[in-house]
Amino acid sequence: MSIRVDHITKRFGTFTVLNDVSLDVPSGELIALLGPSGCGKTTLLRILAGLEQPDQGRIVLNDVEVTDRHISERHVGFVFQHYALFRHMTVADNVAFGLKVLPRAQRPSAERIHKKVHELLALVQLQAMANRYPTQLSGGQRQRVALARALAVEPKLLLLDEPFGALDAKVRKELRRWLRRLHDELHITSILVTHDQEEALEASDRVVVMHQGQIEQIGTPDEVYEQPATPFVYHFLGDVNVFHGRIPHDRSAQEHPNGEFALPEDLEDEHEVTFVRPHDLELSRHRTNTSQLEASVRYVLTAGSRVRVELLAVHSSQTIEVELTKERYRELELRQGDVVFVHPRQLQVFRVPSS
Amino acid sequence: MSFALKQPSVLPGFGLTLGFSLFYLSLIVLIPLSGMFIKTSTLTWAQFWETVTQPRAIASYQLTFGASLIGALINGLFGSLVAWVLVRYRFPGRSFVDALVDLPFALPTAVAGIALTAIYSSNGWLGRHLEPLGIKVAFTPLGVLVALTFIGLPFVVRTVQPVLQALDKEAEEAAITLGANRWQTVRAVILPELWPAIFTGMAMAFARAVGEYGSVIFIAGNMPLKSEITPLLIMTKLEQYDYAGATALGVVMLVVSFVLSLLINLLQWWSSDRRETH
Repeated sequence: MSIRVDHITKRFGTFTVLNDVSLDVPSGELIALLGPSGCGKTTLLRILAGLEQPDQGRIVLNDVEVTDRHISERHVGFVFQHYALFRHMTVADNVAFGLKVLPRAQRPSAERIHKKVHELLALVQLQAMANRYPTQLSGGQRQRVALARALAVEPKLLLLDEPFGALDAKVRKELRRWLRRLHDELHITSILVTHDQEEALEASDRVVVMHQGQIEQIGTPDEVYEQPATPFVYHFLGDVNVFHGRIPHDRSAQEHPNGEFALPEDLEDEHEVTFVRPHDLELSRHRTNTSQLEASVRYVLTAGSRVRVELLAVHSSQTIEVELTKERYRELELRQGDVVFVHPRQLQVFRVPSS
Repeated sequence: MSFALKQPSVLPGFGLTLGFSLFYLSLIVLIPLSGMFIKTSTLTWAQFWETVTQPRAIASYQLTFGASLIGALINGLFGSLVAWVLVRYRFPGRSFVDALVDLPFALPTAVAGIALTAIYSSNGWLGRHLEPLGIKVAFTPLGVLVALTFIGLPFVVRTVQPVLQALDKEAEEAAITLGANRWQTVRAVILPELWPAIFTGMAMAFARAVGEYGSVIFIAGNMPLKSEITPLLIMTKLEQYDYAGATALGVVMLVVSFVLSLLINLLQWWSSDRRETH
């Protein structure tokens, strides 16, 4: 089912949760709505489902306007962050619920329901749990039950509200890969709301980054990560070093193919901000170029697959984070207090509106 | 499962609090009740049986327990409804209505009895309009039912309210997204969560109604075999210095009440155990 969100605005009292948001989702895609809490992503999802009414704008599903239609006419499946399973029903009864409440004329026979429930439980790998109660399952299992329950009514659109938000890191990772494979099998248009950038980048076809009720950028995971459209997106998707002030001459890698950039020192009256990711910074023991920034090593964190080095710029006393490969770290033989010279391999400059 | 007297814990206080609780309960509940059994035992078995099976006594049991049970059921239904409205909706005067619910708790029962009688007697505000329809409330068993329903209302409302407040709204929303209509959602999703609280409230309303005296005697008319409740019969026996006979009736009430509350507890346990089984 294709989705068109057309200039949606939603206010709660005087607070504008969604400010003139428009979005098109082609049929069969898995879209991630990514943003910090309070950015309006969940509200947008609930408006799509019909759980909330927008103050302005239209929702069009499959070329039919559904803005004023009741939730039951929209054929959506909704998965809640805290599962929202029916506690007093077994897993099988939970999954069967959507089929059992159908009007008698459309309701499948008891055997058909039973068969369908077991197919769905097989799909979410929980056949053995059919007769358990939700409290007897782990968080990850509960969310899979919730997903099977949502799929039972054969929704045209699957809406997932932070589905893995309440789970621990390892289970989250497993489940989002599993969700991606499931989507590749079923091809139901899906919208995944999350505040976890890794989850959004890994699971979705396209990422919609939201901030303060507005869409900051829409793009493939590569696009939003490699070419962030706004300072917010740059900040939100991964760690970043921020340098205030104007870059003396060169602006981008294209302009300067030999990869030598100058980093600005703090110049407060300039309205330009330079963003560099920690892994795009290169360190050297000796100055090879006048534009390199001089800094001293404050901490070295060697745990993990890469080495994180925290530097202190000598002139501006700004903290700079650098990520090195283990090999590079061994070559450099960094110790606390060492003086190093920093230059970026890649950077992005944004003009900040002057206040 | 171990049958140790207590779970080992670093937090002290078990011995002291349990000891005091048992002492206190004995003093307040157990000793007076056993005194009643001891007094009753001054009767022979035949005397006891004769006292408690008099037609007048039997009729009073039927009225007391019957009206209490029906009253509890009515409160179960409408008390839950009141709790629902108070928890789910915000409307002007809500806190006033909320305070109103406690009134049957706070009012001296005799005052309640007089007020109900005044309203439902044949020239009272309501009784005046009910009489032409052939409905007599005051001085009939129906009046007893009205009084017992009145005093039991707060119990159901106050036990259901906190449970409704804590109820997860997402489960309801999930039911709607799955295509359930409102009635299906209420029946299959909300009510199963509320049953234990409703049963508890009804059990308390019932227990309260069985022991009720003050509000009933004014509105009941107290006609033997017709609108006389057991507590009144006990009072009558006391006034005739028939202490053993009074306690005999008391013992019957106690046993029946105990069995009935046990049954209600079983029902409550049955309605809540399903999701707690492991």
